[in-house]
Amino acid sequence: MEDVKLMKGNEALAEAAIRAGVDAYFGYPITPQSEVIEYLMAQRPENRTGMVVLQAESEVAAINMVYGAAGAGKKVMTSSSSPGISLKLEGISYIAGAELPCLIVNVMRGGPGLGTIQPSQADYFQAVKGGGHGDYRLIVLAPSTVQEMADFVDKSFKLAFKYRNPVMILADGAIGQMMEKVYLPDAKPRLTDDELIEKYDSWATTGRKNGRKQNIITSLNLKSEKQEVHNLDLQAKYKRIEENETESEEIHCEDADYIMVAFGTSARICQKVIQIGREKGMKLGLIRPITLWPYPSKTIAKYAGKVKGFISVEMNAGQMVEDVRLAVDGKTPVIHYGRMGGMIATPGEVLTAVENHLKTL
Amino acid sequence: MTEEIIIAGFGGQGVLSMGKILAYSGIMEGQEVSWMPSYGPEMRGGTANVAVILSDERINSPILHEFDTAIVLNQQSMDKFEATVKKGGLLLYDPNGISHPPTRTDINIATIEGAKEASDMNNRKVFNMIIMGAYLKLHPIVKMENIHKGLEKSLPSRHHNLIPMNEQAIQVGMKKVNLIQNLN
Repeated sequence: MEDVKLMKGNEALAEAAIRAGVDAYFGYPITPQSEVIEYLMAQRPENRTGMVVLQAESEVAAINMVYGAAGAGKKVMTSSSSPGISLKLEGISYIAGAELPCLIVNVMRGGPGLGTIQPSQADYFQAVKGGGHGDYRLIVLAPSTVQEMADFVDKSFKLAFKYRNPVMILADGAIGQMMEKVYLPDAKPRLTDDELIEKYDSWATTGRKNGRKQNIITSLNLKSEKQEVHNLDLQAKYKRIEENETESEEIHCEDADYIMVAFGTSARICQKVIQIGREKGMKLGLIRPITLWPYPSKTIAKYAGKVKGFISVEMNAGQMVEDVRLAVDGKTPVIHYGRMGGMIATPGEVLTAVENHLKTL
Repeated sequence: MTEEIIIAGFGGQGVLSMGKILAYSGIMEGQEVSWMPSYGPEMRGGTANVAVILSDERINSPILHEFDTAIVLNQQSMDKFEATVKKGGLLLYDPNGISHPPTRTDINIATIEGAKEASDMNNRKVFNMIIMGAYLKLHPIVKMENIHKGLEKSLPSRHHNLIPMNEQAIQVGMKKVNLIQNLN
């Protein structure tokens, strides 16, 4: 039982970052994710692993610190909540353009603007469709348990370094704030300078100790012809990611005649809806995207034309539902049910929405 | 066994920490647990509530619309949560500050004079443990030895000298709880 703890999602993520051997965290507090930096500071990770934890003067400063440190081959991360992520977007686009690995965590709250501090999933478009400018993609992971908040940190860095691409953990205020039982991962040490040079000397600014050619980190390219070649390279990389890293969970889909699609906290609520629905004789299933980009379109498409209907349950006005519709391709009716502004749909509400949809089918 | 509980009252009454101690005790009992607080502006000078689930199975939704037990510590929470108790479930409340007592006839109802008992013990801080004792008497979902371990895990070690006093408060709650409407 040594490493079983009752932790908030934010705390589990922070502890997992120390244990993943992260070199640096740069951030700026904002509800509902301030426990990330609070926990890191209280842990004095500079004594545990030598990890740097720094409260920057703003979100913009924090993301640019991430840009610089990532360019040096370091394992770096930042976290924020919705309005703070909007501030970081310029830096995120630069990092994507310069092809650097890093982790960005968004614990979403209601918007637009400063909105509310309660849970939301209204940054789906921002996370998976761009957000910043230019043709780029983030790999986006959607945890739905406190355990996944912990497990996805190491997973994110593995993906980030494998593809030299920024990864986002897209959580919401409920997962950040709630406590669940969590099994903490084993701790691994940070890379030494020598190990870092051995692994990343081909692209990182490690100091040219071996007389190699200069590594230049930039997202600027004034020649259109060259920029287009870079764009094509990026697109080829994104295609590889789509082919290899798409992940989802199918719950009770095998005999379902109606399927819910939901991620994060909404996916937890839908699991309760399955339970109470099945007690009433309704054959409900759930597809839970684990990667929001790349999107599990093929998994959803498998059931298109076979079930009576789909419902996309989200804490927003209907964002992911567009990707569900693209996957279903008109073969089956798809509706959206959602609450906004920090309100969370209860299992009872979702079940009613499903029952009402079924009446029309 | 799955027990879905809402604990609701004023900020400062120890609502969130009572939930945390219950959840930690559940872990010590080998159960799955979740603790979902209200963390909005209402917490900053108003009502606070936390939904706690203890279960032998994987917990699906931490967000619920009905509960096996509601523990209600002020009138606002009574107004909000009386209707959310499942038929045949339990509503436990402290009559202190309740101007409109519950009227449902299809649930079990119990009272505990938590504020008064805490005052008699000359320690307002153990109020929440008196309430928790009252609850555990009616729904013994966790063994006392695991409550002890839960207290050890929840309280920072510098406060471990306060554990016997907390356990005494739990005993008081167990003794003084009053089941005023019993369907069983």
